[in-house]
Amino acid sequence: MLPMSDVIHLAITGIAQGCAYGLIALGFVLIYKATEVVNFAHGEFMMLGAFAVLTFSEVLGWGFWPAFGLGCLSIGAVGYLVDAQIMRRIIGQSQASVFILTVAFGFIFRSLAGMIFGWNTQSLDTPFDGRIALGGGIEIGTDRLAIVGATVVLVGALYLFFARTRVGIAMQAASQNQLAAFYMGIPVKRLISFTWAIGAMIAAAAGALLAPVTQVDTTIGFLGIKALSGAIIGGFGSIPGALLGCLLIGLIEPFADYYVPSIKGVSAYVVMLLVLFIRPEGLISQTYQKKA
Amino acid sequence: MTIPLLELRNIETYYGPIMAIRGVSLHVDEGEIVTVLGANGAGKTTLLKTASGALDSRKGQVLFGGVEIQCRDPDWVARLGIAHVPEGREVFPFLSVAENLAMGAYNRSDRDAVAADVDTVYDYFPGLRGLKTRMAGYLSGGEQQMLAIGRGFMARPKLLLLDEPSLGLSPTLVDEIFAIIARLNREQGLTILLVEQNANAALRVSARGYVMEVGGMVMDGPSDELLESADIKEFYLGKKDAGIRGRRRWKKRKTWR
Repeated sequence: MLPMSDVIHLAITGIAQGCAYGLIALGFVLIYKATEVVNFAHGEFMMLGAFAVLTFSEVLGWGFWPAFGLGCLSIGAVGYLVDAQIMRRIIGQSQASVFILTVAFGFIFRSLAGMIFGWNTQSLDTPFDGRIALGGGIEIGTDRLAIVGATVVLVGALYLFFARTRVGIAMQAASQNQLAAFYMGIPVKRLISFTWAIGAMIAAAAGALLAPVTQVDTTIGFLGIKALSGAIIGGFGSIPGALLGCLLIGLIEPFADYYVPSIKGVSAYVVMLLVLFIRPEGLISQTYQKKA
Repeated sequence: MTIPLLELRNIETYYGPIMAIRGVSLHVDEGEIVTVLGANGAGKTTLLKTASGALDSRKGQVLFGGVEIQCRDPDWVARLGIAHVPEGREVFPFLSVAENLAMGAYNRSDRDAVAADVDTVYDYFPGLRGLKTRMAGYLSGGEQQMLAIGRGFMARPKLLLLDEPSLGLSPTLVDEIFAIIARLNREQGLTILLVEQNANAALRVSARGYVMEVGGMVMDGPSDELLESADIKEFYLGKKDAGIRGRRRWKKRKTWR
């Protein structure tokens, strides 16, 4: 048996990891709800975000926080343009074409990042390099706490945005019934691109905050696939579900790795398969049958 | 001569290779209710979608206040002042009644006037007042229809396009809704283009009517004349004189095809 302090330590690490997955999954779900596109390049937004922040803060030396803000904004702009210039043209084509296009984007972004920033692993200095003692011999890195804190703040801000503001409610409306939203004069196309921007920004933030844990290289975007399985566990299309699913796999992962080292790295997918067998609609599903 | 508020000139609309509307013209003057009648598949919904920009016509013009607006995005058309209340209600199911109404007024910035109009909607549809915070998806069909019309009204449009408001509603509810449609026209001066299968209800509230059949216009005229016309009576109102032999042969059934 693990001593209690190790259990707590693993659990906190797991929650932090789950929050990071959750931030990426948020983008997956937002974009899916708005356009019914599963953006397989979403992890790459995270990777690009980490590189952008790295560039602004280390190469240009502007300090972590300005670089963090600027990095997120610039990846948001990339997300906006990807939709406004490219994805918009392929909407309405078969799901397979859309799927292949987003996968292709993943490859393109990875190659571009490699060409621009180099293929080596780099490290990003963040203000979160200390450790905090929680008592009972448990120490936790501030980088982990920063991820949890950022997740709480971002999720809260997004909730207020979508529930309270006119534009946020219009984005919900457009995702629930796109044609009716058009009929109300809601600029649906612009709002969809804006959704992509928000998703990309959150992913970029996750990338920068995760940098102390994962380091920065072109392959960290594959974390997005784990976030995707978290979103599927929660019930794809539900934001609370995605967060819950991601927290779950984040929590299960370190324990599974400890007790069953032979499946190291794949426990998230095992959990996903189990959930799909038992509850194919996911843990929290939001479905609605239109009245005839 | 005054310019009609909405005018369609020789509209041809296709679904892929299939011609759904073959050269249709109509006009709606300011302040009137105009009905378009037609059976399933006659192209009524297609006509409205072409007018509001949800479908692009291949030929012909849509003129709104004399300005060509065909083949534009529907949100752009909506901002000009055309509110489309689609067939089957199409409310935002996970938004509350109040939020649905607020979305109708998305492009308006005059907060006080919007708040006053929300009140006006609840006056016309008192049933909705108690349901403000209810999610629209959980309303009954009649309540959803009222919400959809109210949401269209919230844009304070110059023209309201109403697609089959009687669809799937009980006869009493149909009467209620048409009475409100007539009041909106009379009291708010709202111009309405109404597409219906329920000829009786629609012609009673409207000034003029058109009849569509397989993608073309086959009749038009003042509503009271259409109500009296033998063909309308037979096809849409189900009234017919008994034939000489007491039963009519199906072969004699007249079609415009």
